[in-house]
Amino acid sequence: MSQAMSQAAKPKHTLSGEEIIRCTGVNKWYGEFHVLKNINLSVQKGERIVVCGPSGSGKSTMIRCLNRLEEHQKGTIVIDKIELTNNLKNIELVRREVGMVFQHFNLFPHLTVLENCTLAPIWVRKMPKAEAEERAMSYLKRVRIAEQAKKYPGQLSGGQQQRVAIARSLCMSPKVMLFDEPTSALDPEMVKEVLDVMIGLAEDGMTMLCVTHEMGFAKSVADRVIFMDRGEIVEQDTPDAFFSNPKSDRTRLFLSQILNH
Amino acid sequence: MTDNVQSVGLPDERPPANTVGPIAWLRNNLFNSWYNAILTVLVLGLLASAIPPFANWLLIRAHGFDATSTVCRQDAGGACWGFISEKLRFIMFGMFPWDEQWRPLVTIGVFIALLVASCDRRFWKPWFGLVWAAGLALVAILMWGGVFGLTYVENTLWGGLPLTIILSVIGLAVAFPVSILLALGRRSNMPAVKVLCVTYIELIRGVPLISLLFMASVMLPLFLPNGVSIDKLLRAQIAFIMFAAAYMAEAIRGGLQAIPKGQYEAADGLGLGYWQKMRKIILPQALAVAIPPLVNTFISFFKDTSLVIIIGLYDLLGTAKAALSDPSWRGFYREAYLFIGVIYWIFCFSMSKYSQKLERDLNRGHRR
Repeated sequence: MSQAMSQAAKPKHTLSGEEIIRCTGVNKWYGEFHVLKNINLSVQKGERIVVCGPSGSGKSTMIRCLNRLEEHQKGTIVIDKIELTNNLKNIELVRREVGMVFQHFNLFPHLTVLENCTLAPIWVRKMPKAEAEERAMSYLKRVRIAEQAKKYPGQLSGGQQQRVAIARSLCMSPKVMLFDEPTSALDPEMVKEVLDVMIGLAEDGMTMLCVTHEMGFAKSVADRVIFMDRGEIVEQDTPDAFFSNPKSDRTRLFLSQILNH
Repeated sequence: MTDNVQSVGLPDERPPANTVGPIAWLRNNLFNSWYNAILTVLVLGLLASAIPPFANWLLIRAHGFDATSTVCRQDAGGACWGFISEKLRFIMFGMFPWDEQWRPLVTIGVFIALLVASCDRRFWKPWFGLVWAAGLALVAILMWGGVFGLTYVENTLWGGLPLTIILSVIGLAVAFPVSILLALGRRSNMPAVKVLCVTYIELIRGVPLISLLFMASVMLPLFLPNGVSIDKLLRAQIAFIMFAAAYMAEAIRGGLQAIPKGQYEAADGLGLGYWQKMRKIILPQALAVAIPPLVNTFISFFKDTSLVIIIGLYDLLGTAKAALSDPSWRGFYREAYLFIGVIYWIFCFSMSKYSQKLERDLNRGHRR
């Protein structure tokens, strides 16, 4: 019943049922250290997923495996019907369709905001420059930063830089967006401007996986919350069920630590 | 009562006299402590004892540009600038045929024009490579001749400033792209490429340039099959390129290592291929970081071209030395070395100044 209520409270949103990400038995080690243990995950088109868990639990590593910034050693990852293997061609194909937003923005400091956004469309998608710029401006407008297009990243605040980073990813028209703690490096007063942009994206039906500690965002936007601890997916559920009725002790401990302060 | 009322509308006053002006500057910079005061006095004393004799020799007692060696020898207390005017064309152009010496002169002009134009970032476009190719073709026509009615001049007769410029500019221009590949190779994930690049760099850096030049001029012909011979100038040029590439590769590697990992990840995440990532994201930043060590290499290689004298090529230093072997002008080495020293200095100082400007320009707008 609580599930029905939560669905009603959110913007109208139905999932297509079409699978876009499938991880089966994914394992990863850093040397001897087992970072990811038997991860099984299926994500549908349009689904919004929040991944949370204590630091060092492997959440970032997991989403970084989805565009092969990290290599998994066992199991299979299939993104949009393409399996991630050592095949460079496939990796580049997947990366075109999967946008990523980093904790530290990683904008290119030697390029203007506009050039940051048009670079990949021009060189990877072979889009004509004028078209790429037009599209970049429309996305910059959407993250409400169009007036800064001619500036360099170093001249912007953290929140502005992160919004540019989101626009830069969107310019590639990705099918999936990955967010790796997008608000963790921001001053508190800038968190909201970035979350607002992310909420807007979610409302437009983007498939999103967000590693974040913003539980408010999880409650209001996510279709599913995944809790990871020590390299495993411990629990996954709708936000309502997850926050009001956690099943495992580890989840309960984690929630008590982050919610009761 | 009135003591408590703040006075308002105070006029601007001058700062205290002892904190501004030349006296204050002297006190702050030259006499701000007892040991600095001693150093200042010592340096002033040193300058006072060195400058007058030098000025005396250089200018006051010097013989003008029309002086003959006989006049100069009678009064040896001053510089003899007649030597420079007498030997100018030989020092500048070496043994290039006298009547054809306008050709190396134009060559110098072409090179300087190309270099000055290359300093302007508006010309950093692919088409400018064609301008360089055309410029170098023009230089080849001018120096060798044999076409368009120009008499053929063997490159064994080349010498002086054009030779110095040809060796260093072509050497550095070819070595630069090679060094980028070496630096990238050294950081490559492919073990074979990496080992190859590391071996090359460490091997070349481990030997003196002189030995490499000797090898190129003496040993290389022994390995070549009979009848095949590579021109001496070309061999020296290749030795320079090999040497400069190894040193520049290390300067560029330093730049590459200064680029944060996030830049690589962001480029990867957008789906850029390896070469796109390097060309558009990593190298522009790495080369900007590497400017100071790169220019350091440029400057030292410009001067190191003078080492070709040991394999019998007459660059600027070589022609100056040869000019001194004229019996009537023997012994005027101070004038000769001062003169070419000034020429080298002008080139090196311009490079240094330009690199400072470039660093400022590239850092404008995006401080990290």
